[in-house]
Amino acid sequence: MSDLKSIECDLCIIGSGLAGMAAALFAAARGLSVVQMGHTGEIIFASGLLDLLGVHPVSEKRLWSDPWAAIDALVRDIPHHPYARLKKEDIKAAFDEILAFLEETGLTYHRNIDRNTGVLTSLGTVKTTYAVPHTMWKGVRALKEKSDCLIVDIRGLKGFSGRQIVAAFENEWSHLRSARISFPDSDHLNEMYTEHMANALLLPYNREKLAGVVQPLVKESSIVGLPAILGLYQTHEVISHLEELVGIPIFEIPTIPPSVPGLRLKEAFERGLRLKGVQYFSLTRALQVRQTAAGHFETQIGRDVVEHIVDSRGVILASGRFIGGGLHADRTHIRETILDSRGHLINQAGLAIDDAFRPLADSGGPAFESLFAAGSILAHNDWKRVKCGAGLAIATAFGAVNAFVRLCR
Amino acid sequence: MLIIGGGATGTGIARDLALRGVRCILVEQGDINAGTSGANHGLLHSGARYVSSDQGSAIECREEGALLKQMAPQCIDDAGGLFVAVEGDDEKYVAEFPHLCSECGIPVKELDLKEARELEPVLSDKLIAAYAVNDASIDPFKLSLENIAQAQELGCTLLRFTKVIGFEKKNNKIQATHLQDTVTGEKIIIDANQVVNASGAWAGEVAALAGVKIDIICSKGSLLVTHNRITDRVVNRLRASANADILVPGGTVSILGTTSIRIENLNQVYPTVEEVDAMVGEAVKMIPALENARFIRAYAGVRPLVGSRTASDDRNVSRSFALIDHTDDGLENFVSISGGKLTTYRLMAEKTADLVCGHLGVSKPCLTRTEPLPETQPGKWTQPGLAPKLWMQKHEPEDILLCECEMVPKSVVDSIVDAIRKQDGQPDLKAISLRSRIGKGACQGTFCGVRVTAYLFDQGELTFDQCLAGLREFLGKRWHGQYPTLWDKQLVQSELLEALYCGLFGLEL
Repeated sequence: MSDLKSIECDLCIIGSGLAGMAAALFAAARGLSVVQMGHTGEIIFASGLLDLLGVHPVSEKRLWSDPWAAIDALVRDIPHHPYARLKKEDIKAAFDEILAFLEETGLTYHRNIDRNTGVLTSLGTVKTTYAVPHTMWKGVRALKEKSDCLIVDIRGLKGFSGRQIVAAFENEWSHLRSARISFPDSDHLNEMYTEHMANALLLPYNREKLAGVVQPLVKESSIVGLPAILGLYQTHEVISHLEELVGIPIFEIPTIPPSVPGLRLKEAFERGLRLKGVQYFSLTRALQVRQTAAGHFETQIGRDVVEHIVDSRGVILASGRFIGGGLHADRTHIRETILDSRGHLINQAGLAIDDAFRPLADSGGPAFESLFAAGSILAHNDWKRVKCGAGLAIATAFGAVNAFVRLCR
Repeated sequence: MLIIGGGATGTGIARDLALRGVRCILVEQGDINAGTSGANHGLLHSGARYVSSDQGSAIECREEGALLKQMAPQCIDDAGGLFVAVEGDDEKYVAEFPHLCSECGIPVKELDLKEARELEPVLSDKLIAAYAVNDASIDPFKLSLENIAQAQELGCTLLRFTKVIGFEKKNNKIQATHLQDTVTGEKIIIDANQVVNASGAWAGEVAALAGVKIDIICSKGSLLVTHNRITDRVVNRLRASANADILVPGGTVSILGTTSIRIENLNQVYPTVEEVDAMVGEAVKMIPALENARFIRAYAGVRPLVGSRTASDDRNVSRSFALIDHTDDGLENFVSISGGKLTTYRLMAEKTADLVCGHLGVSKPCLTRTEPLPETQPGKWTQPGLAPKLWMQKHEPEDILLCECEMVPKSVVDSIVDAIRKQDGQPDLKAISLRSRIGKGACQGTFCGVRVTAYLFDQGELTFDQCLAGLREFLGKRWHGQYPTLWDKQLVQSELLEALYCGLFGLEL
């Protein structure tokens, strides 16, 4: 191990889900040098929709159209929710910064600043969310206005039935139809995967073939919905080309993860962060973190054995919950996987933090002066039910990075 | 003839009577095996478990177990069984065991400890005794589905989701039975010559509707399913019955059980975290590898025990069955059958059919001792590991897999849908999962739930409301089984399921 040279930086970010990516962006944008690592990351399980807050209280299943009013209600009732440690202006600023960055990388998002938006899902439900990829945005309006709409599904794509979506709106959306197509040149394939189709559509040739199959089905419809396969990247180009060929607007419907919109987010962050100088180790875990005599952190990273040592002034834990591997449960205990070797008996699983997003020690004070945490690893968040996953990741990353910057000054 | 209850006993009676030429209607408040018959160990006892506590049951198990291996081999994995004791177990019990087995005529062979650990390498190195017996595992779903399938072929009518709500009595007889469709709420009246109450744990409730009292103790038993098969054979702890004594192989998995907890409410029967902890904690003494095994779910069933409520431990109440002719209670055409075990279901059906045939004046003898149970399509897909085997053999790539954990292709779903249609049933996700391995693998419905639902839509089998209600009910049922096993990998799996159905689809709203 002694021959391993350490990589020095201001901030080491553990985790490559949305919280880790957001933290890396905020840190780089504030002039900090950043090393980031993570395995595949929860981000590929992302739906592509960026929630802010949809439901509160969970027990009443109350849906909110104004997410900001919902946040007021949430932090009043659950004072330990991570949102309670942020000003609303900060959450807004964090979203603005993330969406501007994604726009720069070519992944445009749309939203109504003060309102949640309903998006049609492959199950036939309407999902309440906040920021929506441009690929799905036209579908939002079609759903609202109950436009003459054709849903096209694909033979061999499991878990996506146009008939199911049409049946879901049987009594309220009379101009909704469905049709099934074979994806061009897939006769030799029985099972179709969204990622492969999205990749194929990067070629104009395949877009022409797809449009050739879809166009005759359009008839009186004024808009077409397809599963989320419209280009792995370059979605503006892919969709406008298809729209030109088919003659009417086209939108995507999110599919079950791991899905193409999740892959697009991962790719956009990785590419954009590289340009901002973030040093990123993919498929790499933090194996051990220890504090040095100088008050720095020494993080050993690698796939299985130590490959590099990162020497940083601060660390942000954005390693997720159980899926991401940030938390682990055995039969009796839940523990944080990197720094906590003992485990705790806790039921609202996650890390308790102070106002500067620093995990707490038993004493009630921060465990380390410059160890921070962000994203779903934080206690009390319940993102899946209150629908705040992306907002939580983005806003707490913003809070953690800013707290670190204040500390450095 | 009206039979109430679609578990092993009820379907067994339906087949027995159908073979004697008696016309029956079988009514079941849920689906086939919705009660205890669908929530047990799937163990075909050699009888050795009962040699100390209940020799009558031990002998019944020995005889019936041997007979079923001949008559229904397609439902049985004749894996053999071991009884093992570990340091600290009651040595007196161990010493008496082989003699007690011999007294009951149960074949038993003493193994030296090295030999036992060669047969099952996961056994503890703290063994003090090991014996081989003729235990086997039996697929209770397949068994009941095959029994009812033959009965239906011979003219029996099956009404699923039909619940008894009352009886009309006149001149010491049940004149009419009032029933209600639990899905549509529609009421029907059945006018039968004889009524058999084979409703298992619900037998007391049904009898009460007829104004008759049966003393039934309900004892909950919880079981745990592992991700992989841990042992080749059934492994029993060699001691007086206690928690987590038996590990039974079931195709590609193993099932650990059980507990025994007396309960009053039959409709809230779920395994608990405490039971799971207690079982794993105890079973590791016999098989240490269970400490780190992946458990994918738990389930619980209710043993209906007919007998004395004053017994100190429900395990000491007889496991033999009770056949009650209610003539003495003033009802000449009403019979109840309860208690007993899966292993003795055929004998219970035979004795019940003999009794009611006596009432009817039918003299035809029982044929189930000599006529093998035919193998049919509908009962086929419950066996772990069968769907993948046939899928691999056939190798038809267009037959894509809808459930990847258990490798269930769309052709299997088609054949099940077809069979349910023939029974005038609604082929929804829940009914399909009961008849196949869908939802029972590691992902516990995360991906197959969405895929099978979409597939059924493509086949035009569902309306949207049925689809969402079916999916919620299916996931709800899987949740009851998952929540006491949420640690390590299964917790990761469950978090993914929640991220998909709550985080993305908002299905809980």
